[in-house]
Amino acid sequence: MVKLRIDNKEINVPKGTTILDAAVKVGIDIPTLCHMKLHDMNIENKPGGCRICVVEVAGRKNLAPACCTAVDEGMVCNTNSVRVINARRTVMELILSDHPAECLTCAKSGECELQDMAHRLGIRELHYTGEQSTYRMDDSPAIIRDPNKCIMCRRCEMMCNEIQTVGVLTAVQRGFKSVVTPAFQHDLMHSECTFCGQCLAVCPTGALTEVDETGAVIRALADPKKTVVVQTAPAVRAALGEEFGNKPGTLVTGKMVAALRRLGFDYVFDTDFAADLTIMEEGTELLRRLNGYLKGDKSVKLPILTSCCPAWVNFFEHQFPDMLDIPSTARSPQQMFGSIAKTYFAEKLGIDRKDMVVVSIMPCVAKKYERGREEFAVNGNPDVDIVLTTRELAYFLKLFNVDLNSLPEEEFDKPMGESTGAAVIFGTTGGVIEAAVRTAYEVHTGKDLPRLDFEELRGMQGLREATIDFDGLPLKIGIAHGLGNARKLLEDIQSGKSQYHAIEIMSCPGGCIGGGGQPYHHGKVEILKKRQQAIYLEDELKTIRKSHENPYIQKLYAEFLGEPMSAKAHSLLHTKYFNKHNLAHK
Amino acid sequence: MAKNYIFVCGGIGCRALESEQLKKNLQREIILQGLSEEVQLVTTGCFGFCEKGPLVKILPDNTFYVQVAPEDSGELIYQHFIQKQKLERLLYIHPETQQRVTEARDMDFYKKQFRIALRNCGFIDPENIEEYIARDGYAALAKCLTEMTPESVIDTVKQSGLRGRGGGGFSTGLKWEITKKSAGDQKYVVCNADEGDPGAFMDRSLLEGDPHSIIEAMTICGYSIGADKGLIYIRAEYPLAIKRLQKALQQAEDAGLLGKDILGTKFNFSIDIRLGAGAFVCGEETALIHSMEGCRGEPTYKPPFPSVEGYLGKPTNVNNVETFANIPVIINKGADWFSNIGTEKSKGTKVFALAGKINNVGLIEVPMGTTLREIIFDIGGGIKDGKKFKAVQTGGPSGGCLGEQFLDTPIDYDNLIEAGSMMGSGGMIVLDEDDCMVSIAKFYLEFTLHESCGKCAPCRIGNKRLHELLEKITKGEGEKEDLKKLRALGTVIKETSLCGLGQSSPNPVLSTMQNFYDEYKAHVFEKTCPAKQCKDLITFTIVEENCTGCTLCFRNCPVEAITGEKGKVHEIHQDLCIRCGICYSKCKFDAILVE
Repeated sequence: MVKLRIDNKEINVPKGTTILDAAVKVGIDIPTLCHMKLHDMNIENKPGGCRICVVEVAGRKNLAPACCTAVDEGMVCNTNSVRVINARRTVMELILSDHPAECLTCAKSGECELQDMAHRLGIRELHYTGEQSTYRMDDSPAIIRDPNKCIMCRRCEMMCNEIQTVGVLTAVQRGFKSVVTPAFQHDLMHSECTFCGQCLAVCPTGALTEVDETGAVIRALADPKKTVVVQTAPAVRAALGEEFGNKPGTLVTGKMVAALRRLGFDYVFDTDFAADLTIMEEGTELLRRLNGYLKGDKSVKLPILTSCCPAWVNFFEHQFPDMLDIPSTARSPQQMFGSIAKTYFAEKLGIDRKDMVVVSIMPCVAKKYERGREEFAVNGNPDVDIVLTTRELAYFLKLFNVDLNSLPEEEFDKPMGESTGAAVIFGTTGGVIEAAVRTAYEVHTGKDLPRLDFEELRGMQGLREATIDFDGLPLKIGIAHGLGNARKLLEDIQSGKSQYHAIEIMSCPGGCIGGGGQPYHHGKVEILKKRQQAIYLEDELKTIRKSHENPYIQKLYAEFLGEPMSAKAHSLLHTKYFNKHNLAHK
Repeated sequence: MAKNYIFVCGGIGCRALESEQLKKNLQREIILQGLSEEVQLVTTGCFGFCEKGPLVKILPDNTFYVQVAPEDSGELIYQHFIQKQKLERLLYIHPETQQRVTEARDMDFYKKQFRIALRNCGFIDPENIEEYIARDGYAALAKCLTEMTPESVIDTVKQSGLRGRGGGGFSTGLKWEITKKSAGDQKYVVCNADEGDPGAFMDRSLLEGDPHSIIEAMTICGYSIGADKGLIYIRAEYPLAIKRLQKALQQAEDAGLLGKDILGTKFNFSIDIRLGAGAFVCGEETALIHSMEGCRGEPTYKPPFPSVEGYLGKPTNVNNVETFANIPVIINKGADWFSNIGTEKSKGTKVFALAGKINNVGLIEVPMGTTLREIIFDIGGGIKDGKKFKAVQTGGPSGGCLGEQFLDTPIDYDNLIEAGSMMGSGGMIVLDEDDCMVSIAKFYLEFTLHESCGKCAPCRIGNKRLHELLEKITKGEGEKEDLKKLRALGTVIKETSLCGLGQSSPNPVLSTMQNFYDEYKAHVFEKTCPAKQCKDLITFTIVEENCTGCTLCFRNCPVEAITGEKGKVHEIHQDLCIRCGICYSKCKFDAILVE
């Protein structure tokens, strides 16, 4: 233990603790800007670049950044001397002097950590003003980059390089001209970006935001010729409440349904329905491959990898083009929903697919990219027309004067609103594979599952594994969330070291609950954990918890699709992958 | 064996003055005049006295010829070797006595110098390992490997008092000790040759003139700290130094002085060269390491220091070229010998690149404790064109400007910091009465502005704002508040920046404000530039009584701002004048007035 004094408070902390963490223990909250730490998830950004957290350390000539200075025995720190406050405010003024003062119209207003810091430090006037950086905006179907608002905190770079290992964003140029950008200052669309959105999930300012599509939804709803159908992803209900002042982890499923009806959607459906459908298809594919493998069919490849996550699909298309035959061919629940809505459901309504607008509410920005993929359209008409993030839905509700909290709880519409507990857990890491196990076990063994909760598949560790007894067959399962972890599993497969039969991969840390379109967590990992608990709670509360027992899914197969993996199912619910290895930078 | 040697300086200054051609011509004359048996031509590293290059020294009689042009070759060979007489006209003329001086040691430029690091520069052919060995080369390595334990090597370096010559001034021995004590299965020795100060060429000259001394020292360091791998990080803009290093590495390896089982002692050490792309900040050791790792060249916060966690996360000892150059001498002559030179806290010597408005531009090495006056007036020969000394800028772009009151300050690490400047790597630029100190501060700030890596906010944005304030002041738009802002902002940048670059970047501003505040005040309150350099604050007018109407000024004016007829008084039109000063420099009758 190391003994030190901070603002005249004595404290003992373990060796290696930073001044910042030590200060917290004696109730001293040193302000930070570039620093971000997601405890227990091995995610930390501390380049020591913003210099907001500087403190005075006795005996040192210069001020020290509290976020990356380790404590020393006998250290005496001062976090609020005139010298420190002056330096901190001056540095803040400098940062603001190179930042557009457009708070009132900025997409990040109210959620901006720079704005909060200016407020906290009581900045009322900028003493140093001058030239401001001017960079080109970078639009993509999912993410907007406004480098003029970049404060070089490097959080996005850390997420993109260290956590996701995608390596698109990096600092370029020197001095005042330095900025974070894709290589050669190309657009994101011409990079290997997966659109996972983790960069904008951590961006403290409005430099990285999602493309706002609420206008398109408003226009569709106002068009009397259009039947507007909405689907909501599982992770949305576990986070939307936060935008209306509810505690993290508050489930707002019923209120959300009511709110969507207030907005004027003709049918309020659930992506969970399509998640159950995904399990039918992906689970069947798993069993076919598994049985083929067990029978010694050398052409069968194992492990099978999940394919629900669009950023993950982008990732392997760009980075592992030699492994395109390993992931399941099942489309993601969002796309399965769109496909079924514009065929099966449109037929039921007796309308042309062109008169139906499918809107998704997603925790994800990559879904915005995914819905635009050419293979998910029929004669140019996309299966999913518009994707809103959880955050956009919240803005939308507020714009339409809908107070979520005061609404009654309502039920999803039938048939595509009915779902099982297995579907809702798609929203968290480990959920898809747990749902698949629940169905695959019963189909494979012909027996009832002895239990429904597979604790061994749950948790927040980046890489997890478990072996599930399939009535004598030990099914080996791997789970990764965060693309850096996914990369490790893929490299093991490449080198022949992988022992798994099935692997679940989610791009975002925590799975969809931590998606790039969710309410900002501002570095608080507890929020993600609470959302995860909410997801499992909803699963528990469901009467049906196995996808194959969903009566509307059974009906869908009976009336329309035939069998899982049938020719019709194949054309509507499965996809193929493309080698995009060298597409970047063209 | 030849009896006579002609040493031709192969340093960059002399090469720029055609010493390559001179060498060829001399060689031809040696052959033509039938002296091949008696006279051998050798290209050496930098002699230092660049002002008078190309330089030629003849042994054994030690004659020192200056400003030898390629076309002087025939006469020089004939006169010196056939006639056996000195070629008087190429001997150095003492500026005061007007006497011809034949030997370097009698010249003021060399008299007060004391060469440890530069000991071999100008004395050996850097591309010949045997010449290095003949001057005790690799003797220190042999001594270390066969007679000394790694601990005793470190003790010797510690006791010598040698401090890092790259600018930081940290105890070299202590650094070695920390690296040795740091846990790690692999350790590295890194030589920082990313010399980036404008006008500085100390490291370059050392590497070009005596590459083996660096290789020997790095190997000694490797032995003492337990490393078997060395890396030299050198900027790609130094092709000759790189070429000579590569050659020297090969020679050392062939001689069994590098590589496996050095001198049969089972000690292995190899050295690789890494090329830098010229970023100034990569001279900062953590940025240098990141650059070598293939990452963006930007610093990270210390601690952890490279000695604990450096290249590829392993303990890494980073020393500057000049620091290494001292090591073999310390081992050979002992710690006591070395620590007797210099001041109480700064031992040994320091190499400086002397430049600016000084008579003897060049590379010098003096004992620590030598005063600025001795360097500038005795060695440097005083200010050019009889002008008045104003200031000396030490420590490179982020050093400070010291005025006349500091001329008698003995130079060492601590005195320079106390005076508001720093040792830096050894750039020394002399300024005279014609230099505007506000513009000088702005000039240096421009350099750091371009070279800041952009990682931390105070350096990235603060220096930009500082520069904008200076720009405003030199344009005559400065306000009283701006002077306060300069000081306040400069202080915050110093205190809050991440690395040494940012922490020292406001030094030129703060030190000129400290020492030349009157000039700032003149710019702000009187809207004048006392040195008459700031274009927005000066006007050029014709002095009617002096103007002869010669038309020289208006014929040279690039913007046709001057009108007049031959024999009649000319006129400068202020609305057109761009204040380039050409008319002033062309006028032969003192008829142009600058106000």
